[in-house]
Amino acid sequence: MSTLKIPSKYLLYILFIFSNIIISKTIYVNNTIQLKNALNNALPYDTIKINKENYQFNFLEIKKPLTLVGINSPTFDGNNKGTILIVKSNYVFIEGINFQNTGYSFTNDFSAIKIDGANNCSILKNNFTNCFFAIYLAKSFNCSISNNKIVGSQKRQTFSGNGIHLWYSKNIYISNNFIEGQRDGIYLEFTKKSTIEKNISKNNLRYGLHFMFSDSCNYSENIFEKNNAGVAVMYTNNVKMNGNIFRNNWGDASYGLLLKDISSSEIKNNYFIKNTAGIYLEGCDRNSFKNNQFKNNGWAIRLMANSMENTFIKNIFLGNTFDVTTNNSKNYNTFDKNYWSDYNGYDIDKDGYGDTPYRPVKLISILVENNKTLLILLRSFFVELLNLAEKLLPVLTPETLIDNHPLMKINI
Amino acid sequence: MKILATVIKNQFQDSFRSKWIIVYSLFYFLITFGLILFTNDSNKIILSLMNVNLIVIPLVCIVFGNVFFYNNREYIIMILAQPVDRKYIYLGLYFGLTFAMSLSFLLGVFLPIIFSFKIFINNFNIIFWLIITGILITSIFVGIAFLISMLNENKLKGLGISIFSWFLFTALYDAIILMLLQILQNYPLEIFSLTLTLVNPIDITRIIIINNFDIAALMGFTGAVFNKFFGSVVGFVIALFSLINWIAIPLFIGLNLFNKKDF
Repeated sequence: MSTLKIPSKYLLYILFIFSNIIISKTIYVNNTIQLKNALNNALPYDTIKINKENYQFNFLEIKKPLTLVGINSPTFDGNNKGTILIVKSNYVFIEGINFQNTGYSFTNDFSAIKIDGANNCSILKNNFTNCFFAIYLAKSFNCSISNNKIVGSQKRQTFSGNGIHLWYSKNIYISNNFIEGQRDGIYLEFTKKSTIEKNISKNNLRYGLHFMFSDSCNYSENIFEKNNAGVAVMYTNNVKMNGNIFRNNWGDASYGLLLKDISSSEIKNNYFIKNTAGIYLEGCDRNSFKNNQFKNNGWAIRLMANSMENTFIKNIFLGNTFDVTTNNSKNYNTFDKNYWSDYNGYDIDKDGYGDTPYRPVKLISILVENNKTLLILLRSFFVELLNLAEKLLPVLTPETLIDNHPLMKINI
Repeated sequence: MKILATVIKNQFQDSFRSKWIIVYSLFYFLITFGLILFTNDSNKIILSLMNVNLIVIPLVCIVFGNVFFYNNREYIIMILAQPVDRKYIYLGLYFGLTFAMSLSFLLGVFLPIIFSFKIFINNFNIIFWLIITGILITSIFVGIAFLISMLNENKLKGLGISIFSWFLFTALYDAIILMLLQILQNYPLEIFSLTLTLVNPIDITRIIIINNFDIAALMGFTGAVFNKFFGSVVGFVIALFSLINWIAIPLFIGLNLFNKKDF
């Protein structure tokens, strides 16, 4: 049945495009009044071309399916008074416009573009500067947000909103956006079946990516860098993360990737580089972590004891201060066939796997987990002696948290 | 001053004539070269060199300084018969040996690194600190060795105390810190632990290096206390001041004892 469904969907698109070419007309506008008139007078599927000028208005509603195209990037200025554009119709395309100065509010979600209950909209190649929220989608389906550049300039979380904010949406495609200096770079809540790929989200005041209750979404080849609290995702099933880079998230409460109550998800081929904590898992079950690379992190994986049945297979751990740490002496997760740069074993039977198992949890990491001050004894001779003793005779470290087939060489 | 320079020069030459200093230098050369050859991973090399700095240098310096002082007893008595100020003799012996040991450390570690500087390009600041702290640790532990030999006539007892004080600085002190921090873990301990580490020269060295090396983990420490402290000029000066004190105080006490000593 599904094979029948797809062509019909395409047919609709083709019909739509043709109708556009045949019927629609193009309106050119030069100032704010002309723009408002054009929006009132235009017929559905018309194109409004906007010349390079400074347009100042707030709360302008688009109620018809229209295409707004900026010529040489005109500016829509909100004068710090509130939301700029509100899209309430399906099939609205907005391309090549600079949005700026929405102003902030503690009671309203002022945003540069608010798409409210509209489907099949596209927002392409726009710039957003100094906006509270940049792109805000609520109860909208099948939209695409691509190639936008969003730069916030606030210093405090309360004066700043999210770069791309999705609420109760479905089938949204977010790609190739650049987001900097907002509160959360990309925020999803109750959003299903969406794809987020090739975005760059960095230097945000809180999270680079933040989602809750957003099942079945794909995240691939994004870069999350130097966000104040890293990336945090919660209460979601069936997440797929592939080929993302989590880099340079430093701080006590900063995580490369914080997973809370995430289950049945796949996290593959990602890079975690120089984070205070690469991955932090709390209450996460049945997830698969495969072919990820953890390099020069403070903690590669912080695995809280309420996480179960997660599998860590064929990951690469290079030069992390602590490879794995946990807060309990019990473990219900599987580590197998990973490469550990700290592994000192041998491979006599030449099958590529070390003959002695590797214990990624050191005594000091367990101690530090309970008493952070002990970090000052890191790499002390005495602590190394303790680690060695614990390795030979595990007392505090979980006995089952063990990699029985540590890889001898990195091979992917 | 001229006399001091002459004594230092003599001592320096004499040290290099004895084969031990050459062996010491070769030891570093082989370790560094071997590490570079076999691991090719700058992180692992730096970690091993740090352990050399923290464990091997103090041990060798304290034992060698001790043996050196006892063995040169006749020479010292002979030189005391000359019209030379006593403090010049002591300082000359100290600086002569320190220079010789620092130089052999420097040559042993630096030469292999220069040959393969490419793998260290990202970590050059850590190499710099390894060398500076290595020289400081050498100066500190030669001074302590001299002081111990001044306090003890008995060779065996002196050597025993030397080895014990090495163990105290490298391991026992950290064990005490660990115990204190575990017992008092319900209190705010940032300043307390910082103060404790600033007392031990080996801990200062270790923290200066890991502050560059394990930066990602240390940033996880509540409020990144260390990074703030050692990153700031004041903190850095305090750390350096503490290290220099560890050179100056044993040297000063040893010098006073030497001035009064009846050989």
